[in-house]
Amino acid sequence: MRLGLVIDLDTCVGCHACAVACKEWNTSGTTAPLTDYDPYGAKPSGVWFNRIRHFEIGDYPYNKTVNFPMSCMHCENAECVTVCPTGASYKRAEDGIVLVDQNKCMGCNYCSWACPYGARELDRVSGTMKKCTLCIDRIYDMEIPEEERQPACVLTCPAHARMYGDLDDPESPVSRAVRDRGGYQLMPELNYNPTNHYLPPRVHAPIPTEELKKKAVRKVKEWVNRVVER
Amino acid sequence: MHPALAVIFLTLFSGGGFGIMALTAIINDFQIDGGLNPLQTMVAVILSLVFVSIGMLSSTAHLANPKNAWRAFTRWRTSWLAREGVFAVLYYPFALAYLVWVFFTAGTQDAVGLILVNLAGLIGLITIFCQGMIYAVLRTIRQWNTALVPANFYVMGLAIGATILAAERMIMGAPALTLVGIALGLLVAAAVMKGIYYFWIGRPNGPTIRTATGFNRSTVRILEQGHTFGTFLTEEFGHTLPSAKARSIKFMMYIFAFIIPVAALVIGFLTGQLFFAWLAIVSVVFGIGVERWLFFVEAQHVINLYHGRQQC
Repeated sequence: MRLGLVIDLDTCVGCHACAVACKEWNTSGTTAPLTDYDPYGAKPSGVWFNRIRHFEIGDYPYNKTVNFPMSCMHCENAECVTVCPTGASYKRAEDGIVLVDQNKCMGCNYCSWACPYGARELDRVSGTMKKCTLCIDRIYDMEIPEEERQPACVLTCPAHARMYGDLDDPESPVSRAVRDRGGYQLMPELNYNPTNHYLPPRVHAPIPTEELKKKAVRKVKEWVNRVVER
Repeated sequence: MHPALAVIFLTLFSGGGFGIMALTAIINDFQIDGGLNPLQTMVAVILSLVFVSIGMLSSTAHLANPKNAWRAFTRWRTSWLAREGVFAVLYYPFALAYLVWVFFTAGTQDAVGLILVNLAGLIGLITIFCQGMIYAVLRTIRQWNTALVPANFYVMGLAIGATILAAERMIMGAPALTLVGIALGLLVAAAVMKGIYYFWIGRPNGPTIRTATGFNRSTVRILEQGHTFGTFLTEEFGHTLPSAKARSIKFMMYIFAFIIPVAALVIGFLTGQLFFAWLAIVSVVFGIGVERWLFFVEAQHVINLYHGRQQC
């Protein structure tokens, strides 16, 4: 079994709800807390397992905004585990989830140097490295309904841009999505073989904008816009 | 990379300390310039121990949770950092035993003494290799992911050691012709090796923002990093050095690390002025410290691609 996420860059709207849900769940989860530094001050910062960046692809007018959520990729070749001198970082044989044993970590930062995807962040207060657990305390919780045994980010995503499942099983929904949509891994040249895959934006027919007939209502709107100050 | 003083001191001082020990072994093996007498040997071994200890102690300052530091010896099967720790600790009993042996028997060059000093020197050299490999195995940082890194650590450590030993001989008023020659040779080799390294990392050839995002066929620009202030990632990996500033610091580094020590050793040897011997020691340690600072600050982690850098 190789559990991981598939993220649909076509439908992700960049709302950061996954990051917020992640923070909310995990700040009282297995590696809690996710410390914040100066949260209401001038320089807010803190530990997050999930970060969303926003990129512009292509040049105007053939450009597109792509929202890009990133968390731990739970790599097959997890160098973060190989380099760890204390044995705090480990990759579970049964499901491929990469975890940090908070009782063993000495906070040397070496694993974060080895991670190309920025998945690991040091908690300055506890002095230990923290990272995405794939919500291991949700997905194996037999007390909650089966449909809720998914990572918090997947459950909360309003655009259904995040999928969770077993990428070893060729018939699982995530494997099918990767196959059908041409899902890919990030920075394959580094050969970390990440489990998480990204689905590229679909090719849509462009919506015509120039040859639209101007209706009377539209003309009035434009006129009002010109007159009324913002 | 964030140039943490703790890690700079670790590689600088422990490299120099192991260099002193390895060269002490070689000098006493082959009785170069007559070999080191017991007093000179003890000074050299104590200097080596002090340097290595400064390095080891400052490395623990880098840890956010040092109470678990003892666990760092456990994963030597996979982690170069653990291997470095194991060998660095293994160095102490042999170095201390040699010091005690020389103190009580004055046996700098008898069989027991030579076995101890050679083992200590060999373990020191292995530790330098492990130290270089800590950085060289990281595929995420192309400026480090090269065999030139352990090679540089070797030649720099040996250059520091040779400069200190040659200066020590001059200060203690013993013949130092061959030792000065060894130091000059190692300093020149270190300067050339660093030049090869700078040539090697000079041209970008690592991952790009395109492979990082998977949009290989179009231009990719960052619109928003997604955080209001800094993060751990920007603090740890966000440091850069403008190339013009890097050039002038490298120029200064070459002067302090190589040119001043070479000149000071030659002038000091020819004139017998002890000031120049001290100058060589201070200058080489400072200069190679600047070299190590550059080594860290010039390293560009691929995470910077997700913060807008086009190429690392």
